[in-house]
Amino acid sequence: MELLLSSAIGMLTAAGVYLILRLRSFAVVLGMTMLSYAINLFLFSTGRLVVNAPPVLQKGVEVYTDPLPQALVLTAIVISFGMTAVVVMMALGAFLEGGDDRVDMPRADRLPGDGDA
Amino acid sequence: MSPALIAALPFIGALLPGLLIRSGRDVAAVSCATATFIALLGLCLHIPAIMAGEVITARFEWLPSLGLNANFRIDGLGLLFGILILGIGLLIIAYARYYLSRNDPAGVFYAYLMLFQGAMLGIVLSDNILLLLVFWELTSLSSFLLIGYWKHLPEGRQGARMALTVTGMGGLAMIAGMLILGNIAGSYDIGDILQAREAIQASPYYLPALLLILLGAFTKSAQFPFHFWLPHAMAAPTPVSAYLHSATMVKAGLFLMARLWPVLSGTPEWFYIVATTGLVTMVLAAWIAIFRDDLKSLLAFSTVSHLGLITMLLGFGTEAAAVAAVFHIINHATFKAALFMTAGIIDHETGTRSIARLGGLRRLMPVTFAIGTIAALSMAGIPPLNGFLSKELMLEQATHAVWQGNPWLMAAMATLGALFSVCYSLRFVWQVFFGPERDDYPHKPHDPGFGLWSAPALLAVLVVLIGLFPASMAGWLVEVSASAVTGTAQHPHLALWHGLNLPLALSAAALAGGAVLLALNRPMLAARAAIAWPDAKAIFDAITRAATCAAGFFTDRLTNGSMSRALAAFALTVVLCGLWAFSTGGWQGATRPMLPVQPVPLVGWAALMVATCCMVAFHRRRILALVLVGIIGLMVSVSFIYLSAPDLALTQISVEVVTVVLLLLALNFLPKFTVIDSRDRKRGMDAFIATVTGLGFGALAYVIMRSDFAFPSISEYMLANSYKLGGGDNVVNVILVDFRGYDTFGEITVLGIAALTIFALTETLLAGASGRRLRNWVHDSRRAGDRHPLTLVVVTRLILPISLVVGLYIFLRGHNMPGGGFVAGLVVSVALVSQYMASGFAWTQERQKINYHALIGAGVIAAGLTGIGAWFAGLPFLSSAYGYVKLPGIEEFELASAMGFDLGVFLCVVGAVMLALNSLSRIARQAGETVNLDPMDIDPSKEARR
Repeated sequence: MELLLSSAIGMLTAAGVYLILRLRSFAVVLGMTMLSYAINLFLFSTGRLVVNAPPVLQKGVEVYTDPLPQALVLTAIVISFGMTAVVVMMALGAFLEGGDDRVDMPRADRLPGDGDA
Repeated sequence: MSPALIAALPFIGALLPGLLIRSGRDVAAVSCATATFIALLGLCLHIPAIMAGEVITARFEWLPSLGLNANFRIDGLGLLFGILILGIGLLIIAYARYYLSRNDPAGVFYAYLMLFQGAMLGIVLSDNILLLLVFWELTSLSSFLLIGYWKHLPEGRQGARMALTVTGMGGLAMIAGMLILGNIAGSYDIGDILQAREAIQASPYYLPALLLILLGAFTKSAQFPFHFWLPHAMAAPTPVSAYLHSATMVKAGLFLMARLWPVLSGTPEWFYIVATTGLVTMVLAAWIAIFRDDLKSLLAFSTVSHLGLITMLLGFGTEAAAVAAVFHIINHATFKAALFMTAGIIDHETGTRSIARLGGLRRLMPVTFAIGTIAALSMAGIPPLNGFLSKELMLEQATHAVWQGNPWLMAAMATLGALFSVCYSLRFVWQVFFGPERDDYPHKPHDPGFGLWSAPALLAVLVVLIGLFPASMAGWLVEVSASAVTGTAQHPHLALWHGLNLPLALSAAALAGGAVLLALNRPMLAARAAIAWPDAKAIFDAITRAATCAAGFFTDRLTNGSMSRALAAFALTVVLCGLWAFSTGGWQGATRPMLPVQPVPLVGWAALMVATCCMVAFHRRRILALVLVGIIGLMVSVSFIYLSAPDLALTQISVEVVTVVLLLLALNFLPKFTVIDSRDRKRGMDAFIATVTGLGFGALAYVIMRSDFAFPSISEYMLANSYKLGGGDNVVNVILVDFRGYDTFGEITVLGIAALTIFALTETLLAGASGRRLRNWVHDSRRAGDRHPLTLVVVTRLILPISLVVGLYIFLRGHNMPGGGFVAGLVVSVALVSQYMASGFAWTQERQKINYHALIGAGVIAAGLTGIGAWFAGLPFLSSAYGYVKLPGIEEFELASAMGFDLGVFLCVVGAVMLALNSLSRIARQAGETVNLDPMDIDPSKEARR
């Protein structure tokens, strides 16, 4: 089981990294979504894998899985939604303002301005 | 009144003009004046106790582990500065009311002014140097806002920036110096530091600490060579110049030197650095002031000169000099504030501040003439005005000072400074008020109304009274504050007449010399104009330009604007660091057995892997890619269920729904396909980097999962205490709302901010070029004929109440079963979103009255209030309590205070999700999405009726 999960994490990471290296904004957004999955699964896996032992206290049950990574990942999932939403909005804004959805910054935009006020 | 409350009052006052922004100048001025007056009253009530030698303190622990405590103290020095800040503040508030025009945003001005007043008062009442530093930085920031108040003036913006750069850099140096000082003394409380004189002066770190602290004080008090920012700060409205740049902020540096005088002064380093800097500043600035044409600029340089004078006195390090310094602080504040206000009146009434265009105003503006002349003569040090008294004391101290074995150098230079001072003061009076009346003033001059001249007139009366009756008018204040500065009881003898002595002779020489210099003014002006003097602003600008260029150069070398290059470098660096860390660590091999693989998870795993591969292969077809995202998300959720994480599964699956809807809405306006624009070689390289990163990350996860914990986990504590302390069986939820509630509080705040950012971005997009582009939008795909289908509408209507009940149920059970605020918020959002999808955004929006901004705010406030509630039980922020309640008719149930917190989470999640989707819908509306009047496009019930 550990092998399956780690291979899935590796696969998702590879897909995510490949996609964030693309030159168009939507692909980068997709890549970040993939990376979020990978990282959430990774964080979750640091609690080690346990089957049939959810961290909900019950009488007579002694073995529970580690609740701490779960709490971490839960908020991370919601935050990654917020992040995706902001990035999508920025991608949309760049497309509507600039007319294309490239992520690279043209040289003219990078150089410092004249400085004053 | 508690010192803490006195320090807090201006901040409370700063809120009032903002809240009453629509009520106009009068209400803003009155509300600020009230707060200031109450604070002044509170301060004055302490006078008897302070006169008796007491120190009033108030102590609150803030971050005791860092030594940062909110400790306040009022002693003689604090009292003196407090009276100056609040008393002159009151006059400035009244003066500004009449000075500002109807078009100036008065609410903003008064809010900034009170913010500054609070920061300044905080500095002088702090009993902890870290707290003092916080207020110190606040004065830099608020003065930046005040100097740049007239945003439309480039001089205002540049002057504000220069002031912030110079004082801000000094402030940074001072932080370092204060930390060293606190470290030597073993405490950051001023009371303790003042006791540690021997330890501090014996320490090898004394000199670095002294230099760093003095850097902060000198930049703030505009001492040479940092004097240049003050004249440029004169672009501020005159009330600001009168308040900040004569009476208060520039004296913060002096205050600091006086505050730390008992521990820092008395060494040769102190004498040579401080006294010399003060002397040079005094003479140089007075010399420049003689030649200034702008009234405010003249006053600015004269202020720099007088600050130099006080610095020099503090630098002498003798108790008598400290007395003179304190006395001159009072005198300078009175006459200089009056002079600035006079300059403001002249500017206001004649339309110019240029001396070359003025003259002959004594008959046209008799009241202003009287006030300005009294104040200027005091500045010149002419008896019987108060400036004369402290100048005499200064000259006397200068005659005692020995500089590098030279007994007369200090006295001679100080007399020269006084001579220049006489010259520019007389010039101010002579060339503005005397001479022939002109007929080319920009406006016809006349005296202003009582409102504008009352404040400077009051100060002018003080100038005369302190001069005539120094012992009774100011003696007590000088006595308590000088005692506080020196740390020993002082009984100064202030009198107008000290007999015929050396200082009087020097004074007379300065007067005569100054008058002669004034007579030679014109040829001197011509001579000075012929020489090219270094311009401090040009030097400052050159330095800033060079720094900007250097920063640009480095940035340009580090990144070429290609995001993928930067990200590739980042990914490779992470992998290399990981490899290095792994090779140096000591992994002992797998210690945990593997879980057996069941057939169903294997199928899920295969689906995930195939979907991910397809994702990479088909990511150019964006809609297909979204379907694949859905599959992957679903598989991730399923794996959470299988691996004992029901809460995560619920969250993941509901987030999945809103994410896909969001991406679909965005895709409406983005191209549906990604074109190929990278070469095969780049793609090959990227694939290599991706594979390496994936392998590394997967291997790391595998190694971690096969190893045991290196340290005992804190999870055991949480499992053991979840019910005992948090009153909940669902440990994940208890961690979120109780054990780590503070983190969650931060997280929902971030989520709310993200949603507000999206809203703000939308606002920008709807205006301007992109807004026009949207209005002429041509959709690149065909529209559905039946956009609001009957089946979808009917089904979502049926689902709505059910899903709301489910949401409520999940919320309520969250503490003991999988669920809680996050999941419930997402479920309710999905229910609402489906209504939007079925009947269109505008149609649905008209039928509900929820304001999503308010929802986010309510969420954060609810969570915050629940946390604060614990304070009333004497417990730390966010401690929770729980109990059991029995109501007739239903079973006994549990009520936990954490539920209020979870409610905040719930509201914030719903608000944030809905605001994000709502923003995208608004873009669709702008792009010509029509508003339907009916919930569905084809309504069979209507067809039947027809």
